[in-house]
Amino acid sequence: MVAITIDGLSKRFGRMRALTDISLEIQSGEMVALIGASGSGKSTLIRHMAGLECGGGTSGSIAIHGEEMQKDGKLSRNARVLRREIGVVFQQFNLVTRLPVLTNVLIGFLGQISQLRGTFGLFSAEEKQAAMRALARVGIADTARQRASTLSGGQKQRAAIARALVQGARLMLADEPIASLDPASSKRVLEILSGLNKEDGLTVVVALHQVEYARRYCPRAIALKDGQIVYDGPSSALDNTFLKELYGEASEELILPDAPVNDTPVKRPAVAIRSGAPALVTA
Amino acid sequence: MTTQTSGQALEAVPIPPKDLSRSLFNFLVWGVLAAALAWSWAPAEMERFVYLFTDAGNMAEYASGFLKPNFRDLDYYISEMILTVQIAIWGTALAVVAAIPFGILSSNNMMPWYIYQPVRRLMDAFRAINEIVFAVLFVVAVGLGPFAGVMALFIHTTGIFAKLFSEAVEAIDPYPVEGIRATGATKLQEIIFGVIPQVLPLWISYALYRFESNVRSATVLGLVGAGGIGQVMFESIRGFYYAESATILIVVVVTVTLIDLISQQLRKLVI
Repeated sequence: MVAITIDGLSKRFGRMRALTDISLEIQSGEMVALIGASGSGKSTLIRHMAGLECGGGTSGSIAIHGEEMQKDGKLSRNARVLRREIGVVFQQFNLVTRLPVLTNVLIGFLGQISQLRGTFGLFSAEEKQAAMRALARVGIADTARQRASTLSGGQKQRAAIARALVQGARLMLADEPIASLDPASSKRVLEILSGLNKEDGLTVVVALHQVEYARRYCPRAIALKDGQIVYDGPSSALDNTFLKELYGEASEELILPDAPVNDTPVKRPAVAIRSGAPALVTA
Repeated sequence: MTTQTSGQALEAVPIPPKDLSRSLFNFLVWGVLAAALAWSWAPAEMERFVYLFTDAGNMAEYASGFLKPNFRDLDYYISEMILTVQIAIWGTALAVVAAIPFGILSSNNMMPWYIYQPVRRLMDAFRAINEIVFAVLFVVAVGLGPFAGVMALFIHTTGIFAKLFSEAVEAIDPYPVEGIRATGATKLQEIIFGVIPQVLPLWISYALYRFESNVRSATVLGLVGAGGIGQVMFESIRGFYYAESATILIVVVVTVTLIDLISQQLRKLVI
Protein backbone atom coordinates (compact mmCIF):
# COMPACT_ATOMS: atom_id res chain seq x y z
CA MET A 1 0.00 0.00 0.00
CA VAL A 2 1.15 3.50 -0.72
CA ALA A 3 1.58 5.64 2.38
CA ILE A 4 2.43 8.97 0.78
CA THR A 5 2.00 10.13 -2.77
CA ILE A 6 3.24 13.56 -3.74
CA ASP A 7 2.68 14.77 -7.23
CA GLY A 8 4.20 17.92 -8.65
CA LEU A 9 4.29 19.87 -5.38
CA SER A 10 5.76 23.38 -5.45
CA LYS A 11 5.94 26.03 -2.78
CA ARG A 12 7.24 29.58 -2.64
CA PHE A 13 7.85 31.76 0.37
CA GLY A 14 7.73 35.22 -1.14
CA ARG A 15 10.22 35.09 -3.98
CA MET A 16 12.10 32.12 -2.60
CA ARG A 17 11.31 28.79 -4.17
CA ALA A 18 11.16 26.42 -1.23
CA LEU A 19 9.99 23.36 -3.16
CA THR A 20 10.01 22.83 -6.89
CA ASP A 21 7.98 20.16 -8.58
CA ILE A 22 8.40 17.45 -5.95
CA SER A 23 7.00 14.06 -6.87
CA LEU A 24 7.56 10.96 -4.83
CA GLU A 25 5.93 7.86 -3.49
CA ILE A 26 6.57 6.18 -0.16
CA GLN A 27 5.28 2.68 0.46
CA SER A 28 3.74 1.56 3.74
CA GLY A 29 6.33 0.18 6.14
CA GLU A 30 9.26 2.06 4.67
CA MET A 31 11.73 4.04 6.73
CA VAL A 32 12.87 6.97 4.63
CA ALA A 33 15.36 9.70 5.39
CA LEU A 34 15.02 13.15 3.91
CA ILE A 35 18.52 14.50 3.56
CA GLY A 36 19.65 17.99 2.80
CA ALA A 37 21.52 21.00 4.08
CA SER A 38 19.66 23.72 5.99
CA GLY A 39 17.30 25.54 3.70
CA SER A 40 17.06 22.66 1.27
CA GLY A 41 13.34 22.21 1.91
CA LYS A 42 13.17 19.08 4.06
CA SER A 43 11.18 20.70 6.86
CA THR A 44 8.88 22.38 4.37
CA LEU A 45 8.23 19.07 2.68
CA ILE A 46 7.48 17.33 6.00
CA ARG A 47 5.14 20.15 7.00
CA HIS A 48 3.29 19.76 3.73
CA MET A 49 2.89 16.04 4.28
CA ALA A 50 1.54 16.70 7.77
CA GLY A 51 -0.97 19.16 6.38
CA LEU A 52 0.47 22.03 8.39
CA GLU A 53 1.48 23.96 5.30
CA CYS A 54 -0.18 24.32 1.94
CA GLY A 55 1.52 24.20 -1.40
CA GLY A 56 1.48 27.41 -3.39
CA GLY A 57 0.38 27.95 -6.92
CA THR A 58 -1.73 25.92 -9.20
CA SER A 59 -0.31 22.46 -9.13
CA GLY A 60 0.69 19.71 -6.82
CA SER A 61 -1.12 17.30 -4.61
CA ILE A 62 -0.40 15.14 -1.59
CA ALA A 63 -2.30 12.00 -0.70
CA ILE A 64 -1.90 10.08 2.53
CA HIS A 65 -2.89 6.40 2.37
CA GLY A 66 -4.64 7.18 -0.86
CA GLU A 67 -6.72 10.04 0.57
CA GLU A 68 -6.18 13.58 -0.57
CA MET A 69 -4.48 15.82 2.02
CA GLN A 70 -4.07 18.85 -0.20
CA LYS A 71 -4.41 19.71 -3.83
CA ASP A 72 -3.56 22.82 -5.82
CA GLY A 73 -2.60 24.76 -2.71
CA LYS A 74 -5.79 23.98 -0.83
CA LEU A 75 -6.02 21.83 2.25
CA SER A 76 -8.58 19.07 1.92
CA ARG A 77 -11.68 19.25 4.10
CA ASN A 78 -10.55 15.94 5.42
CA ALA A 79 -7.25 17.35 6.66
CA ARG A 80 -8.10 17.24 10.36
CA VAL A 81 -9.18 13.62 10.08
CA LEU A 82 -6.07 12.74 8.10
CA ARG A 83 -3.80 14.52 10.56
CA ARG A 84 -4.75 12.18 13.34
CA GLU A 85 -3.45 9.29 11.27
CA ILE A 86 -0.09 11.02 11.06
CA GLY A 87 2.19 11.28 14.05
CA VAL A 88 4.44 14.29 13.77
CA VAL A 89 7.63 14.80 15.74
CA PHE A 90 9.23 18.23 15.58
CA GLN A 91 12.72 19.59 16.00
CA GLN A 92 11.58 21.79 18.88
CA PHE A 93 9.44 18.97 20.37
CA ASN A 94 6.35 21.22 20.39
CA LEU A 95 5.25 20.06 23.81
CA VAL A 96 3.18 22.30 26.03
CA THR A 97 5.90 22.75 28.60
CA ARG A 98 3.67 23.90 31.45
CA LEU A 99 1.53 20.78 31.29
CA PRO A 100 2.51 17.46 32.83
CA VAL A 101 4.15 14.94 30.52
CA LEU A 102 1.15 12.63 30.85
CA THR A 103 -1.26 15.35 29.68
CA ASN A 104 1.03 16.13 26.77
CA VAL A 105 0.86 12.49 25.73
CA LEU A 106 -2.92 12.35 26.24
CA ILE A 107 -3.22 15.25 23.80
CA GLY A 108 -2.44 12.61 21.19
CA PHE A 109 -5.96 11.23 21.78
CA LEU A 110 -7.71 14.52 20.95
CA GLY A 111 -8.24 13.58 17.33
CA GLN A 112 -9.79 10.22 18.19
CA ILE A 113 -12.18 10.81 21.08
CA SER A 114 -15.42 12.79 21.07
CA GLN A 115 -14.82 16.51 20.71
CA LEU A 116 -16.67 17.34 23.90
CA ARG A 117 -14.70 14.90 26.00
CA GLY A 118 -11.46 16.09 24.46
CA THR A 119 -12.28 19.74 24.97
CA PHE A 120 -12.84 19.23 28.68
CA GLY A 121 -9.83 16.96 28.96
CA LEU A 122 -11.86 14.02 30.29
CA PHE A 123 -9.59 11.14 29.36
CA SER A 124 -10.63 7.62 30.30
CA ALA A 125 -8.60 5.24 32.43
CA GLU A 126 -7.79 3.11 29.37
CA GLU A 127 -6.52 6.16 27.54
CA LYS A 128 -4.32 7.07 30.50
CA GLN A 129 -3.09 3.49 30.57
CA ALA A 130 -2.29 3.63 26.86
CA ALA A 131 -0.44 6.90 27.39
CA MET A 132 1.57 5.34 30.22
CA ARG A 133 2.41 2.37 28.01
CA ALA A 134 3.60 4.75 25.31
CA LEU A 135 5.75 6.57 27.86
CA ALA A 136 7.13 3.24 29.10
CA ARG A 137 7.94 2.26 25.57
CA VAL A 138 10.09 5.37 25.07
CA GLY A 139 11.55 4.83 28.54
CA ILE A 140 10.30 7.83 30.48
CA ALA A 141 7.28 6.46 32.33
CA ASP A 142 8.57 7.81 35.65
CA THR A 143 8.34 11.40 34.40
CA ALA A 144 4.59 11.22 33.73
CA ARG A 145 3.62 13.63 36.50
CA GLN A 146 6.40 16.14 35.88
CA ARG A 147 5.91 19.28 33.91
CA ALA A 148 7.30 18.85 30.42
CA SER A 149 9.54 21.86 31.02
CA THR A 150 11.55 19.85 33.55
CA LEU A 151 12.62 17.22 31.00
CA SER A 152 15.92 17.18 29.17
CA GLY A 153 15.94 17.66 25.40
CA GLY A 154 16.15 13.95 24.71
CA GLN A 155 13.35 13.18 27.15
CA LYS A 156 11.18 15.89 25.61
CA GLN A 157 11.61 14.37 22.19
CA ARG A 158 10.72 10.95 23.57
CA ALA A 159 7.60 12.41 25.20
CA ALA A 160 6.73 13.91 21.82
CA ILE A 161 7.14 10.49 20.23
CA ALA A 162 4.89 9.01 22.92
CA ARG A 163 2.27 11.64 22.03
CA ALA A 164 2.51 10.62 18.39
CA LEU A 165 2.35 6.94 19.43
CA VAL A 166 -0.98 7.20 21.23
CA GLN A 167 -2.45 8.69 18.09
CA GLY A 168 -2.24 5.16 16.75
CA ALA A 169 -0.79 6.62 13.58
CA ARG A 170 0.34 4.38 10.77
CA LEU A 171 2.63 7.09 9.49
CA MET A 172 5.22 8.93 11.52
CA LEU A 173 6.79 12.12 10.24
CA ALA A 174 9.81 13.48 12.05
CA ASP A 175 11.08 16.94 11.21
CA GLU A 176 14.74 17.03 12.23
CA PRO A 177 13.93 15.23 15.47
CA ILE A 178 17.54 15.14 16.60
CA ALA A 179 18.82 18.50 15.44
CA SER A 180 18.78 19.97 18.94
CA LEU A 181 19.84 16.85 20.81
CA ASP A 182 23.17 15.54 22.02
CA PRO A 183 24.59 12.46 20.24
CA ALA A 184 23.44 9.96 22.87
CA SER A 185 19.87 11.27 22.87
CA SER A 186 19.91 11.46 19.08
CA LYS A 187 20.82 7.85 18.85
CA ARG A 188 18.12 6.84 21.29
CA VAL A 189 15.44 8.80 19.49
CA LEU A 190 16.38 7.24 16.18
CA GLU A 191 16.47 3.78 17.77
CA ILE A 192 12.91 4.34 18.94
CA LEU A 193 11.75 5.51 15.53
CA SER A 194 13.52 2.61 13.89
CA GLY A 195 11.90 0.22 16.39
CA LEU A 196 8.47 1.59 15.52
CA ASN A 197 9.22 0.93 11.89
CA LYS A 198 10.57 -2.60 12.35
CA GLU A 199 8.35 -3.89 15.16
CA ASP A 200 5.07 -2.10 14.48
CA GLY A 201 5.40 -1.68 10.76
CA LEU A 202 4.90 2.08 10.88
CA THR A 203 5.92 4.11 7.90
CA VAL A 204 8.56 6.56 9.10
CA VAL A 205 9.79 9.62 7.24
CA VAL A 206 12.54 11.45 9.04
CA ALA A 207 14.25 14.64 7.96
CA LEU A 208 17.89 14.47 8.90
CA HIS A 209 20.77 16.80 8.74
CA GLN A 210 23.49 14.23 9.02
CA VAL A 211 23.83 11.56 6.46
CA GLU A 212 25.51 9.10 8.86
CA TYR A 213 22.27 8.64 10.74
CA ALA A 214 20.38 8.16 7.51
CA ARG A 215 22.80 5.46 6.40
CA ARG A 216 22.52 3.70 9.73
CA TYR A 217 18.77 3.76 10.26
CA CYS A 218 17.00 4.37 6.97
CA PRO A 219 17.27 1.98 4.05
CA ARG A 220 16.01 4.62 1.64
CA ALA A 221 17.10 8.21 1.40
CA ILE A 222 15.71 11.13 -0.52
CA ALA A 223 18.16 13.97 -0.92
CA LEU A 224 16.93 17.51 -1.44
CA LYS A 225 18.85 20.48 -2.73
CA ASP A 226 17.33 23.92 -3.15
CA GLY A 227 13.86 22.43 -2.96
CA GLN A 228 14.41 19.77 -5.57
CA ILE A 229 14.93 16.05 -5.27
CA VAL A 230 18.47 15.29 -6.36
CA TYR A 231 18.63 11.70 -5.24
CA ASP A 232 16.17 8.99 -4.32
CA GLY A 233 17.49 5.55 -3.61
CA PRO A 234 19.28 3.36 -1.13
CA SER A 235 20.97 5.38 1.57
CA SER A 236 24.04 3.17 1.41
CA ALA A 237 24.88 4.79 -1.92
CA LEU A 238 25.19 8.18 -0.26
CA ASP A 239 28.88 8.05 0.50
CA ASN A 240 30.95 11.13 1.07
CA THR A 241 32.21 11.42 -2.50
CA PHE A 242 28.70 11.14 -3.89
CA LEU A 243 27.48 13.77 -1.43
CA LYS A 244 30.27 16.06 -2.55
CA GLU A 245 29.10 15.53 -6.10
CA LEU A 246 25.54 16.41 -5.13
CA TYR A 247 26.17 19.33 -2.82
CA GLY A 248 29.71 20.54 -3.47
CA GLU A 249 31.21 22.34 -0.51
CA ALA A 250 27.87 22.34 1.31
CA SER A 251 28.22 18.59 1.76
CA GLU A 252 30.49 19.18 4.75
CA GLU A 253 27.45 20.27 6.67
CA LEU A 254 25.90 16.86 6.20
CA ILE A 255 28.79 14.76 7.42
CA LEU A 256 29.63 14.28 11.04
CA PRO A 257 33.40 14.12 11.22
CA ASP A 258 33.32 11.84 14.24
CA ALA A 259 30.55 9.45 13.33
CA PRO A 260 31.89 6.47 11.44
CA VAL A 261 29.45 4.47 9.37
CA ASN A 262 30.42 1.21 10.99
CA ASP A 263 29.97 1.84 14.64
CA THR A 264 32.49 0.00 16.75
CA PRO A 265 30.94 -0.67 20.15
CA VAL A 266 32.65 1.27 22.88
CA LYS A 267 33.42 -0.57 26.09
CA ARG A 268 31.74 1.47 28.72
CA PRO A 269 29.26 0.90 31.53
CA ALA A 270 25.68 1.34 30.45
CA VAL A 271 24.66 4.97 30.43
CA ALA A 272 22.42 5.86 33.30
CA ILE A 273 19.08 6.09 31.57
CA ARG A 274 16.51 5.36 34.21
CA SER A 275 13.70 2.94 33.52
CA GLY A 276 14.81 2.66 29.92
CA ALA A 277 13.13 0.00 27.88
CA PRO A 278 16.09 -2.37 27.56
CA ALA A 279 15.13 -3.44 24.07
CA LEU A 280 15.78 0.07 22.84
CA VAL A 281 19.15 0.59 24.48
CA THR A 282 22.03 -0.10 22.22
CA ALA A 283 25.53 1.35 22.15
CA MET B 1 47.17 40.54 32.65
CA THR B 2 48.11 38.61 29.54
CA THR B 3 45.47 38.16 26.95
CA GLN B 4 45.50 36.52 23.57
CA THR B 5 45.77 39.78 21.73
CA SER B 6 48.44 41.45 23.84
CA GLY B 7 52.06 41.43 22.86
CA GLN B 8 51.94 44.34 20.45
CA ALA B 9 51.67 48.01 21.12
CA LEU B 10 48.12 49.10 21.89
CA GLU B 11 46.46 50.32 18.78
CA ALA B 12 43.73 52.91 18.88
CA VAL B 13 40.41 51.45 17.83
CA PRO B 14 38.32 54.19 16.24
CA ILE B 15 34.83 54.65 17.65
CA PRO B 16 32.26 54.27 14.86
CA PRO B 17 30.74 57.66 14.00
CA LYS B 18 27.38 58.54 15.52
CA ASP B 19 24.34 57.91 13.45
CA LEU B 20 23.15 61.39 12.54
CA SER B 21 19.54 60.45 11.76
CA ARG B 22 19.31 58.69 15.11
CA SER B 23 20.41 61.82 17.04
CA LEU B 24 18.06 63.97 14.99
CA PHE B 25 15.25 61.61 15.85
CA ASN B 26 16.10 61.89 19.55
CA PHE B 27 16.03 65.69 19.36
CA LEU B 28 12.68 65.49 17.61
CA VAL B 29 11.19 63.25 20.30
CA TRP B 30 12.32 65.57 23.08
CA GLY B 31 11.11 68.59 21.11
CA VAL B 32 7.66 67.09 20.66
CA LEU B 33 7.46 66.27 24.35
CA ALA B 34 8.47 69.82 25.32
CA ALA B 35 5.94 71.29 22.87
CA ALA B 36 3.15 69.10 24.31
CA LEU B 37 3.96 70.26 27.84
CA ALA B 38 4.03 73.95 26.78
CA TRP B 39 0.79 73.58 24.83
CA SER B 40 -1.02 72.13 27.85
CA TRP B 41 0.39 74.59 30.43
CA ALA B 42 -2.24 77.32 30.29
CA PRO B 43 -5.32 75.10 29.69
CA ALA B 44 -4.40 72.96 32.69
CA GLU B 45 -4.00 76.16 34.75
CA MET B 46 -0.55 75.10 35.75
CA GLU B 47 0.34 78.72 36.64
CA ARG B 48 -1.72 78.26 39.77
CA PHE B 49 0.97 76.08 41.27
CA VAL B 50 2.20 79.15 43.18
CA TYR B 51 -0.92 78.90 45.36
CA LEU B 52 0.52 75.68 46.73
CA PHE B 53 3.03 77.91 48.49
CA THR B 54 1.23 81.21 48.99
CA ASP B 55 -1.91 79.54 50.35
CA ALA B 56 -0.11 76.78 52.22
CA GLY B 57 -1.72 78.05 55.40
CA ASN B 58 -5.23 77.21 54.21
CA MET B 59 -4.22 73.73 53.32
CA ALA B 60 -2.48 73.20 56.61
CA GLU B 61 -5.62 74.31 58.38
CA TYR B 62 -7.74 71.94 56.30
CA ALA B 63 -5.30 69.10 56.81
CA SER B 64 -5.15 69.68 60.55
CA GLY B 65 -8.80 68.70 60.70
CA PHE B 66 -7.74 65.25 59.63
CA LEU B 67 -5.09 64.92 62.30
CA LYS B 68 -7.45 63.74 65.00
CA PRO B 69 -9.21 60.72 63.54
CA ASN B 70 -12.40 59.67 65.25
CA PHE B 71 -12.54 55.90 65.68
CA ARG B 72 -16.03 55.79 67.17
CA ASP B 73 -17.65 54.24 64.07
CA LEU B 74 -14.68 52.12 63.10
CA ASP B 75 -16.77 48.91 63.01
CA TYR B 76 -19.15 50.47 60.56
CA TYR B 77 -16.33 51.72 58.35
CA ILE B 78 -14.66 48.34 58.33
CA SER B 79 -17.86 46.58 57.40
CA GLU B 80 -18.38 49.08 54.55
CA MET B 81 -14.78 48.56 53.49
CA ILE B 82 -15.37 44.80 53.39
CA LEU B 83 -18.43 45.44 51.25
CA THR B 84 -16.22 47.45 48.90
CA VAL B 85 -13.77 44.57 48.66
CA GLN B 86 -16.69 42.24 47.96
CA ILE B 87 -17.85 44.52 45.14
CA ALA B 88 -14.32 44.37 43.72
CA ILE B 89 -14.20 40.57 44.04
CA TRP B 90 -17.36 40.08 42.01
CA GLY B 91 -16.56 42.80 39.50
CA THR B 92 -13.11 41.30 38.86
CA ALA B 93 -14.31 37.69 38.77
CA LEU B 94 -17.04 38.38 36.23
CA ALA B 95 -14.58 40.36 34.14
CA VAL B 96 -12.08 37.49 34.12
CA VAL B 97 -14.75 35.07 32.94
CA ALA B 98 -15.92 37.42 30.19
CA ALA B 99 -12.40 38.39 29.15
CA ILE B 100 -11.29 34.81 28.42
CA PRO B 101 -13.40 34.54 25.24
CA PHE B 102 -13.08 38.25 24.44
CA GLY B 103 -9.33 38.12 24.93
CA ILE B 104 -8.95 35.19 22.56
CA LEU B 105 -11.38 36.71 20.07
CA SER B 106 -9.27 39.87 19.96
CA SER B 107 -5.91 38.11 19.44
CA ASN B 108 -4.57 38.52 15.95
CA ASN B 109 -2.81 35.16 15.96
CA MET B 110 -5.98 33.25 16.83
CA MET B 111 -8.65 34.99 14.79
CA PRO B 112 -8.99 36.51 11.33
CA TRP B 113 -9.06 40.32 11.20
CA TYR B 114 -12.81 40.51 10.61
CA ILE B 115 -13.35 39.01 14.03
CA TYR B 116 -10.60 40.54 16.14
CA GLN B 117 -11.04 44.09 14.80
CA PRO B 118 -14.71 44.49 15.81
CA VAL B 119 -14.15 42.73 19.13
CA ARG B 120 -11.20 44.99 19.87
CA ARG B 121 -13.21 48.11 19.11
CA LEU B 122 -15.97 46.92 21.43
CA MET B 123 -13.36 46.30 24.13
CA ASP B 124 -11.93 49.79 23.46
CA ALA B 125 -15.36 51.20 24.23
CA PHE B 126 -15.58 49.19 27.46
CA ARG B 127 -12.18 50.50 28.45
CA ALA B 128 -12.59 54.08 27.32
CA ILE B 129 -15.61 54.68 29.50
CA ASN B 130 -14.67 55.16 33.13
CA GLU B 131 -16.09 52.97 35.89
CA ILE B 132 -17.80 56.02 37.37
CA VAL B 133 -19.73 56.61 34.17
CA PHE B 134 -20.80 52.99 34.04
CA ALA B 135 -21.75 53.21 37.70
CA VAL B 136 -24.02 56.18 36.99
CA LEU B 137 -25.64 54.22 34.14
CA PHE B 138 -26.15 51.12 36.26
CA VAL B 139 -27.46 53.08 39.23
CA VAL B 140 -30.20 54.22 36.87
CA ALA B 141 -30.72 50.69 35.57
CA VAL B 142 -30.50 48.53 38.69
CA GLY B 143 -30.90 51.13 41.43
CA LEU B 144 -28.60 52.55 44.09
CA GLY B 145 -26.33 50.06 45.80
CA PRO B 146 -23.42 47.66 45.47
CA PHE B 147 -24.74 45.73 42.45
CA ALA B 148 -24.43 48.85 40.29
CA GLY B 149 -20.80 49.00 41.44
CA VAL B 150 -20.19 45.36 40.55
CA MET B 151 -21.60 45.87 37.05
CA ALA B 152 -19.57 49.05 36.52
CA LEU B 153 -16.32 47.31 37.50
CA PHE B 154 -17.27 44.25 35.47
CA ILE B 155 -17.75 46.10 32.18
CA HIS B 156 -14.75 48.39 32.49
CA THR B 157 -12.41 45.64 33.70
CA THR B 158 -13.55 43.29 30.93
CA GLY B 159 -12.26 45.85 28.44
CA ILE B 160 -8.92 46.04 30.23
CA PHE B 161 -8.55 42.28 30.64
CA ALA B 162 -9.46 41.58 27.03
CA LYS B 163 -6.59 43.79 25.93
CA LEU B 164 -4.07 42.39 28.43
CA PHE B 165 -5.17 38.79 27.84
CA SER B 166 -4.98 39.12 24.08
CA GLU B 167 -1.50 40.60 24.30
CA ALA B 168 -0.44 37.56 26.30
CA VAL B 169 -2.02 35.27 23.71
CA GLU B 170 -0.24 37.09 20.89
CA ALA B 171 3.09 36.50 22.60
CA ILE B 172 2.76 32.71 22.94
CA ASP B 173 5.10 30.17 21.45
CA PRO B 174 3.20 28.90 18.38
CA TYR B 175 5.01 25.57 18.13
CA PRO B 176 3.23 23.68 20.91
CA VAL B 177 -0.06 24.74 19.34
CA GLU B 178 1.12 23.30 16.05
CA GLY B 179 2.11 20.11 17.85
CA ILE B 180 -1.46 19.81 19.07
CA ARG B 181 -2.89 20.65 15.65
CA ALA B 182 -0.80 17.82 14.20
CA THR B 183 -2.68 15.31 16.39
CA GLY B 184 -5.93 16.20 14.67
CA ALA B 185 -7.31 18.37 17.46
CA THR B 186 -10.01 21.00 16.87
CA LYS B 187 -9.33 24.71 17.01
CA LEU B 188 -10.97 24.97 20.43
CA GLN B 189 -8.85 22.10 21.72
CA GLU B 190 -5.74 23.82 20.37
CA ILE B 191 -6.66 26.86 22.46
CA ILE B 192 -7.48 24.91 25.61
CA PHE B 193 -4.42 22.64 25.57
CA GLY B 194 -1.92 24.78 23.71
CA VAL B 195 -2.72 28.43 24.41
CA ILE B 196 -4.31 28.60 27.86
CA PRO B 197 -1.54 26.71 29.70
CA GLN B 198 0.99 29.11 28.21
CA VAL B 199 -0.83 32.31 29.14
CA LEU B 200 -2.39 31.22 32.43
CA PRO B 201 0.33 32.52 34.79
CA LEU B 202 0.29 35.89 33.10
CA TRP B 203 -3.51 36.03 33.14
CA ILE B 204 -3.64 35.22 36.84
CA SER B 205 -1.04 37.86 37.53
CA TYR B 206 -3.06 40.45 35.57
CA ALA B 207 -6.26 39.43 37.37
CA LEU B 208 -4.67 39.84 40.80
CA TYR B 209 -3.16 43.17 39.87
CA ARG B 210 -6.44 44.39 38.51
CA PHE B 211 -8.24 43.20 41.62
CA GLU B 212 -6.05 45.56 43.64
CA SER B 213 -6.90 48.41 41.30
CA ASN B 214 -10.57 47.52 41.46
CA VAL B 215 -10.59 47.77 45.25
CA ARG B 216 -9.24 51.29 44.82
CA SER B 217 -11.77 52.07 42.10
CA ALA B 218 -14.61 50.63 44.14
CA THR B 219 -13.89 53.11 46.93
CA VAL B 220 -14.67 55.90 44.48
CA LEU B 221 -17.80 54.27 43.05
CA GLY B 222 -19.66 55.21 46.25
CA LEU B 223 -19.51 58.78 44.96
CA VAL B 224 -22.41 58.04 42.62
CA GLY B 225 -24.29 55.87 45.08
CA ALA B 226 -22.89 52.51 44.08
CA GLY B 227 -22.40 51.43 47.67
CA GLY B 228 -19.43 50.61 49.87
CA ILE B 229 -17.01 52.75 51.80
CA GLY B 230 -16.95 55.42 49.10
CA GLN B 231 -20.51 56.42 49.79
CA VAL B 232 -19.72 56.87 53.49
CA MET B 233 -16.50 58.70 52.70
CA PHE B 234 -18.05 61.27 50.41
CA GLU B 235 -20.89 61.89 52.81
CA SER B 236 -18.49 62.66 55.61
CA ILE B 237 -16.16 64.78 53.46
CA ARG B 238 -19.06 66.80 52.13
CA GLY B 239 -20.38 67.21 55.68
CA PHE B 240 -16.98 68.50 56.86
CA TYR B 241 -16.63 65.59 59.31
CA TYR B 242 -12.85 65.67 59.09
CA ALA B 243 -12.20 63.34 62.02
CA GLU B 244 -14.48 60.67 60.55
CA SER B 245 -13.06 61.17 57.05
CA ALA B 246 -9.58 60.69 58.43
CA THR B 247 -10.58 57.34 59.96
CA ILE B 248 -12.14 56.23 56.68
CA LEU B 249 -9.00 57.16 54.77
CA ILE B 250 -6.91 55.16 57.23
CA VAL B 251 -9.19 52.14 56.73
CA VAL B 252 -8.90 52.47 52.94
CA VAL B 253 -5.11 52.82 52.98
CA VAL B 254 -4.65 49.87 55.32
CA THR B 255 -6.98 47.67 53.26
CA VAL B 256 -5.36 48.56 49.94
CA THR B 257 -1.91 47.94 51.42
CA LEU B 258 -2.99 44.56 52.78
CA ILE B 259 -4.47 43.50 49.46
CA ASP B 260 -1.37 44.70 47.67
CA LEU B 261 0.85 42.62 49.95
CA ILE B 262 -1.31 39.52 49.64
CA SER B 263 -1.70 39.68 45.89
CA GLN B 264 2.04 40.25 45.46
CA GLN B 265 2.68 37.00 47.30
CA LEU B 266 0.03 35.19 45.25
CA ARG B 267 1.49 36.48 42.01
CA LYS B 268 4.92 35.21 43.01
CA LEU B 269 3.37 31.79 43.44
CA VAL B 270 1.88 31.56 39.96
CA ILE B 271 4.77 32.95 37.91
